[in-house]
Amino acid sequence: MEGLNYEQVAGFAHSWGVLYFLALFALVCAYAFWPSNRKTFNNAASIPLQDDETES
Amino acid sequence: MQAAVSPGPGIRLDLVLVPTLLALAAVIGVVEAARSPDPLMVIQAWTFLACLLGAGVWFMKRYGGGIPADEAGAYQNDVVKAGVIAAMFWGIAGMLVGVVIALQLAFPATFSFPDLPYFNFGRLRPLHTSAVIFAFGGNVLIATSFYVVQRTCKARLAGGAWPWFVFCGYQTFIVLAGTGYLLGITEGREYAEPEWYLDIWLTIVWVAYLLVFLGTIWKRKEPHIYVANWFYLAFIVTIALLHVVNNLSMPVSLLETKSFSAFSGVQDALTQWWYGHNAVGFFLTAGFLAIMYYFIPKRAERPVYSYRLSIVHFWTLIFIYIWAGPHHLHYTALPEWAQTLGMTFSVMLWMPSWGGMINGLMTLSGAWDKLRTDPVLRMLVVSVAFYGMATFEGPVMSVKAVNALSHYTDWTIGHVHSGALGWVGFVSFGALYCLVPWLWKRERLYSNTLVEWHFWVATIGIVFYITAMWVSGIMQGLMWRAYNDYGFLEYSFVETVQAMHPYYIIRAMGGFLYLSGALIMAYNLWRTIRGDVREAGAQQIATAPALAVQGAVS
Repeated sequence: MEGLNYEQVAGFAHSWGVLYFLALFALVCAYAFWPSNRKTFNNAASIPLQDDETES
Repeated sequence: MQAAVSPGPGIRLDLVLVPTLLALAAVIGVVEAARSPDPLMVIQAWTFLACLLGAGVWFMKRYGGGIPADEAGAYQNDVVKAGVIAAMFWGIAGMLVGVVIALQLAFPATFSFPDLPYFNFGRLRPLHTSAVIFAFGGNVLIATSFYVVQRTCKARLAGGAWPWFVFCGYQTFIVLAGTGYLLGITEGREYAEPEWYLDIWLTIVWVAYLLVFLGTIWKRKEPHIYVANWFYLAFIVTIALLHVVNNLSMPVSLLETKSFSAFSGVQDALTQWWYGHNAVGFFLTAGFLAIMYYFIPKRAERPVYSYRLSIVHFWTLIFIYIWAGPHHLHYTALPEWAQTLGMTFSVMLWMPSWGGMINGLMTLSGAWDKLRTDPVLRMLVVSVAFYGMATFEGPVMSVKAVNALSHYTDWTIGHVHSGALGWVGFVSFGALYCLVPWLWKRERLYSNTLVEWHFWVATIGIVFYITAMWVSGIMQGLMWRAYNDYGFLEYSFVETVQAMHPYYIIRAMGGFLYLSGALIMAYNLWRTIRGDVREAGAQQIATAPALAVQGAVS
């Protein structure tokens, strides 16, 4: 860490940090909106309703 | 412990490891009790031994006569029941201490006890915060997570006796931490006051909790891991990380309570608030969002409004929250850029927070009429509304210009309580009202009218509390920064304290109402557990047609 000064850290955060967050967000959105996942997610939305509570 | 080696499928590892762990802990407790030169450590060691004895007796009772029959059931419900009862107990204890310290602030002459240092404000305040956050909130989270993970994975809780170790170990932590504060033992780190030995104990308990949770997910029969489990998992994993790093410290000796932090100066402050804000983000938010994502759909009998939104909500929330801590250190020795970073991420947090809020509220689409007839659902929904309000106010307060006015004032206390009483409290109460009839197999709650009472009494209490603190906080901030024509401060500090007196009384009243609501709940849940059903009052008659229609449909 000796060689890093404030400008370098800030520069890294301003460039790679932003890209990292954008890439992450793109990945999350791609996963959430991927057409073949639609059925899984539609089913998953009602997982809490599937349990009938009769068994103990 | 013969039962540990029961005949049948072979030795159950958990029935060997849990008693061994308890026995090892007891040995350490005995050594501390016998050898410590620190009288406070001796008291803590004896308390620890008493708790271990309790846990040991419980294990003997449960497993002494062989494997209990309920271990073959589809779900482990008993440990959830224990968590529900513990949460009710600690909730009332913590809120009661809150009312006491509010009275100490409002009437210092009457409620201070110079001869009893144990009940000094400085010792009672962490007792209140830890009791409501970790004892009440923690038990609600552990109980609901054990309940939800089993249902959404369609698998029995993993680990056999380990969930019981998690439960007993966590109560032991609470008892030792709470009594320790009264004795004056503290690390002085907000929301992380327990000393080094308790930190180690909590780490052991927490790792067991993580393994039980992961083990249950591992053997799930439902292929998709439901979003509530993601939130619970983020809560468990991140709290483990935060807890370990923030509590890195060097004890004075292994036989004494006192320790010193591994960090110093501004690094120490930043570590503490990285921990402190993420305790809010992952304990008080992520964990309770898991409750929202299970209990609101279940209670409203509607699927989650947008499952895709819940995925975006989850990942954005956890990746942004972790950076927001520096907003607790505006205008301090922390470098300017780090303060701005904390502020920026706090403002960004507004979006995932409101995405989640919208998702929770819109889950009611097609079932809004239930708000009129079901006070439990109303409680859950109002909690989400408070979540939206608190997560809007938070980013506003993190902006440096606003923080210059709000920091160190009662506005902060008001903000915390709109989140804690409105969001965390109400979503917990809603979950408890759901869980008790489900777990104890009761047709319905003892009385819906009492839930109505709880709802209104607590809501009025919150309104008293937060409005009083807004006025008091902004007034306090304005008085501190007021200058007269000659450049002198307009008010002395004591004048600001004097001006806040009426608001402190209103705040104490609000807290008292909120506590009263919790007592009503405890009574209602206790009667429900006993199997009582209150005579149909006016309320039930009014809702009878709606119930009849529901009955006809199902």
